[in-house]
Amino acid sequence: MPHILTVGDRRPDTDKARAPAPTGAMPPEQALAIGTLIRQHEHRPGALLPLLHAIQDRLTYIPPAAVPAIAAALNLSRAEVHGVLSYYHFFRQQAPGRHVVQVCQAEACQACGANELLAQAEGALACARGQTIADGAVTLEAVYCLGLCASSPALQIDQELHGRVSPQRLEGLLQALWTRDAETAR
Amino acid sequence: MKPVKVFIPRDSAALAAGADAVSAALLSECEQRGLAIELVRNSSRGMFWLEPLIEVQTPAGRVAYGPVDPQDIAGLLDSGLLQGRLGHVLALGATEAIPFLARQERLTFCRMGVTAPLSLTDYEAHGGWQGLRRALALPEGAIVQEVLDSGLRGRGGAAFPAGIKWRTVAQAQAAQKYIVCNADEGDSGTYSDRMTLEGDPFMLIEGLLIAGLAVGATQGYVYIRSEYPHAIASLDEAITKAREAGFLGPDVCGSGQTFELEVRKAAGAYVCGEETAMLESIEGRRGIVRAKPPLPALRGLFGQPTVINNVITLASVPLILARGSAFYRDFGMGRSRGTLPFQLGGNIRHGGLVEKAFGLSLRELLYDFGGGSRSGRPIKAVQVGGPLGAYVPESQWDLPMDYEAYAAVGAGLGHGGIVVHDEGADMAQLARYAFAFCALESCGKCTPCRIGSTRGVEVIDRLIAQQNPDQQLDLLHDLCDTMVHGSLCAMGSMTPLPVLSALRHYPADFGLVSVTAQAA
Repeated sequence: MPHILTVGDRRPDTDKARAPAPTGAMPPEQALAIGTLIRQHEHRPGALLPLLHAIQDRLTYIPPAAVPAIAAALNLSRAEVHGVLSYYHFFRQQAPGRHVVQVCQAEACQACGANELLAQAEGALACARGQTIADGAVTLEAVYCLGLCASSPALQIDQELHGRVSPQRLEGLLQALWTRDAETAR
Repeated sequence: MKPVKVFIPRDSAALAAGADAVSAALLSECEQRGLAIELVRNSSRGMFWLEPLIEVQTPAGRVAYGPVDPQDIAGLLDSGLLQGRLGHVLALGATEAIPFLARQERLTFCRMGVTAPLSLTDYEAHGGWQGLRRALALPEGAIVQEVLDSGLRGRGGAAFPAGIKWRTVAQAQAAQKYIVCNADEGDSGTYSDRMTLEGDPFMLIEGLLIAGLAVGATQGYVYIRSEYPHAIASLDEAITKAREAGFLGPDVCGSGQTFELEVRKAAGAYVCGEETAMLESIEGRRGIVRAKPPLPALRGLFGQPTVINNVITLASVPLILARGSAFYRDFGMGRSRGTLPFQLGGNIRHGGLVEKAFGLSLRELLYDFGGGSRSGRPIKAVQVGGPLGAYVPESQWDLPMDYEAYAAVGAGLGHGGIVVHDEGADMAQLARYAFAFCALESCGKCTPCRIGSTRGVEVIDRLIAQQNPDQQLDLLHDLCDTMVHGSLCAMGSMTPLPVLSALRHYPADFGLVSVTAQAA
């Protein structure tokens, strides 16, 4: 009776001794990091998401050139890995700006001016939502719920959460962000 | 002189209000003044309009001050903060006498704001592990019976009786069973899961352990939103500590039973709050909804029998075991037994966590607890039960908050989120947003949701632009009917609820005089 593959089944492991697939065009230190992380996570049940998170935590994004190596290690097709990478909003396929500004746009924040707040950020940063400004300083994004719904409108700048953000407060936060960025650039 | 114990929360809503800066200012100022304090970063009481809240331990109990800014610290110390004196304008008096808190029934959230979240000592001293210890001593089948008798229903939103789900899994024959905790709390207006993960993680671990013992599962996963980094860090640390103390691992409390637990980080897909999409995600695939049957209880994670429950459902289990099913069942009304931690948010003056037995009214929550709108303008619309919940008009604000009472009027309690909008809200834009969010988050598997959501945005846009409104209304009702009855999961089938309720109760926002409601 032939083994009938259904969607989601892995391909039969016919050649475990096969050498790992190359990571494609990427800097050697990146390839090395990815190889290490693959080995750390590949044997976990449902390894793909933890592995992608580990890579993004390390590199700030998941290089598409890493897909063949991930697929080979997890015995998945490149299409399956690409499918997962592109499905989830959290995973990035290119590096974000040096700073990431995420403004919540969900209902509880909308009730306290979130739409206007994001528009203000777009204007102040000269950056449309979902984009990174030209010099790579800031990525501006909409996010849908930070769980700060009693402190709306809320936003996150890098690792810092901010609630009850007024237009004046946003201006101050963005000024502080420019200052920080300029200082680290020196 | 013995150091004075001072509490400043580490809950992320407190952090978002500046609690770390307040803590730093307090420590620095006290050092300069030679004042000895012991600063405890506790969980939040959930009175978020008062954060950052400072509590001071006095012989008579804890006294609260807030909302505190770093600039207030000097003045607070001058006016006797460390002695619990009430002269300062930010002094609130005895914390537990604050009406917002005093009027609650904090069964599940009994430790919220009281303890340090990662202190095993605190947890044990405040009733922790009593449920687990009793569960370990009960005969086979008795844990499930206790949960059945309590009347506990799923607190994620579907409100399915937890005991029936557990019994199904307990009776399934399989070499491996799983408990999966759904902590993908993606609904705007909800944060009770986040508070639990950050503020009382051992309570969730205890509930998972009891579930594992009840059904014969030796492995648990907690699937947490990527938007909740503090919650992930908190639970990870709690798991490590619980394992070191012998509560998790191959020999739970010396019983010889095994239970391993692991956090799995989600990746920003709202639909992964749907239980089968969540399972797909844990298995390493795109979060796409599975058809049911088979039910996850029989064929769930990795094809094995799996209990899937929301954070609050599992967190309610320890006290049911510790105090007995009758204690929990005695709260509530009808078939809604026990309590629900309601979450007030949006344009509300006193936003925060209100745990009450089922049966109180929305009006009580909005005004007696919530204090009305934050802006001071009249409340226009209240969305109950999350983004897939209906906008509840004022004519229904006196209904009891009870699963069946709300279902009877085409609304739902969901996970207990309550989002308040004042008269600045444009209900047509909110209806459009409901469709647009669905389009953004659709897993894409079923046509009614995948296509209907985008078509819904277009129809609302044409209505707003006054293009053929009668025709567009017919089309909208037809589209909603298709989505409600033809979608594979609750996201597609319930997206029409906020849309139709907005249309029915606020027709003027759509440029209409009135709308004859068609049953969807």
